[in-house]
Amino acid sequence: MAREPAHPRPGVTRRLFLGSSGAVAAGAGLAGGAPAQAQQDPAVAPEALSKVTFKLNGKKRTLAVEPRTTLVEALRDTLGMTGTKIGCNHGQCGACTVLMDGRRVNSCLILALTTEGAEIVTVEGLADPDGKLHPMQAAFAEKDAFQCGYCTPGQILSAIGCIDEGHAGSAAEIREYMSGNLCRCGAYPNIVAAIEAVRDGQEG
Amino acid sequence: MDNFAFFRPTSVAEAIDLASGDQGRDFLAGGTTIVDLMKLAVQRPGGLVDITGIEELEGYEIGSDRLRFGPLARMAVVADDAGLREACPALTESLWKAASPQLRNVARLGGNILQRTRCPYFRDTAYTGCNKRVPGSGCAALEGGVTSLHAILGGSEHCVAMYPGDWAQALIAFDAEVRTRGPGGSRTIPFAELHVLPGDSPEIETILEKGEIITSIEVPVIPAMRASHYLKARDRESYAFASASAAVGLEMDGGTVKDARIALGGVASVPWRAAAAEEVLRGKTFSEALAREAGRAAFADATPLEHSAYKIPLGADVVAGALMTAHARAQAAAKGEK
Repeated sequence: MAREPAHPRPGVTRRLFLGSSGAVAAGAGLAGGAPAQAQQDPAVAPEALSKVTFKLNGKKRTLAVEPRTTLVEALRDTLGMTGTKIGCNHGQCGACTVLMDGRRVNSCLILALTTEGAEIVTVEGLADPDGKLHPMQAAFAEKDAFQCGYCTPGQILSAIGCIDEGHAGSAAEIREYMSGNLCRCGAYPNIVAAIEAVRDGQEG
Repeated sequence: MDNFAFFRPTSVAEAIDLASGDQGRDFLAGGTTIVDLMKLAVQRPGGLVDITGIEELEGYEIGSDRLRFGPLARMAVVADDAGLREACPALTESLWKAASPQLRNVARLGGNILQRTRCPYFRDTAYTGCNKRVPGSGCAALEGGVTSLHAILGGSEHCVAMYPGDWAQALIAFDAEVRTRGPGGSRTIPFAELHVLPGDSPEIETILEKGEIITSIEVPVIPAMRASHYLKARDRESYAFASASAAVGLEMDGGTVKDARIALGGVASVPWRAAAAEEVLRGKTFSEALAREAGRAAFADATPLEHSAYKIPLGADVVAGALMTAHARAQAAAKGEK
């Protein structure tokens, strides 16, 4: 889906090959929060892998990425965290929504290298360690706010952001401020109901 | 996406130095336009110069005489500012009616005003004819394409791509200025001179030079800003580019229009000030009929394309509707002062 053969995304296999051939070591001294160089040498050369460190669902993670690697690719391909989905891959559908430093963002349009030091929350980080669902997850289940489920991780993260940002005051405001998340199954009325329920503290 | 070199300058001087050579480097702020266009292979920079670590480019101030916006201020943050909403509703509304919450959380104001056209033939490299993407290659839109999303004001025989932004319309209506620094030094550019008409070189979109960076966007405060409005008509109620939009502001002296500001979105090649429509209003007694006359005047010089004639009556209605709201706001403010 939305992976143009003419412009392949960086492949997992190739990344592992580069990693084992020493490219990680070559890039490691150049980036990852190092002070920017005043000279014309790039902080990260085009083909180099370099380290980026961010907090993912509360845990510090360091990984090696190319400059072109997007956050959603880093999450899914490098870290194997496939809860975050790729829909359009162009910032139009919201399936890739995660929280970054408390703000909901399209992880398909964020370059992984620009997440140094950030706090990222994905759908995997919402439930308690003992498995108790986040109130928004519970509300989505209770209100039947999904059908196929593909857009649901993004919807849930966006819904949490919608309330946190103070834009869940009315059904109309929720619809406006959830417009960045498309649902082809058309679960919109129940998504609005789930958000209203969490806003009102009902936890589904 | 092609790979590229990545730079993280921490000062404006360093950023200018990195981006001003001929290595094909572009600035990266929020990235919501350029990363998208790089995935489409429409833009293929040799390097990205990430300016988000330059602290002096952040922040904004809502002063009583002047509004100042750092180019790294986030759309969502500025859109939610209560002080700005009171000072100039059109500047607030044109931000929150743009894009989606996720994009507004990431996109920065400097990048927002420089966002590139949504012309489908520009965005799809399968079409070989695009003078903006490949100078001299033709124009797939004008050569038998679907032109419903294209400019009816400011286009040329070489390019009818539409400027898609919203906030720029409020900026141009209120005589904003853009301050820049580049290899040639600093300068202040009237907002109306920042973007250039496509003419016979549609690949050139602004007067900014290679390596020139926006250091602030400033707007002098005038009375018409308080009674202002941004009205945006689109194919769906939210999260869509404008079919036609208008940023307007009114300063009233009793029932008489003292000052009127009108700019048009979704219809022109560049941010578009509708001076003729403003003239229709100035010095006259405001009425719905006068607002409608101004709306028609805004499109007197429009050149409809095969599929975009609808924009003329729609745009005229949008201008008139925006003026009615602005007038109501002016009346409410006048009542509040009594």
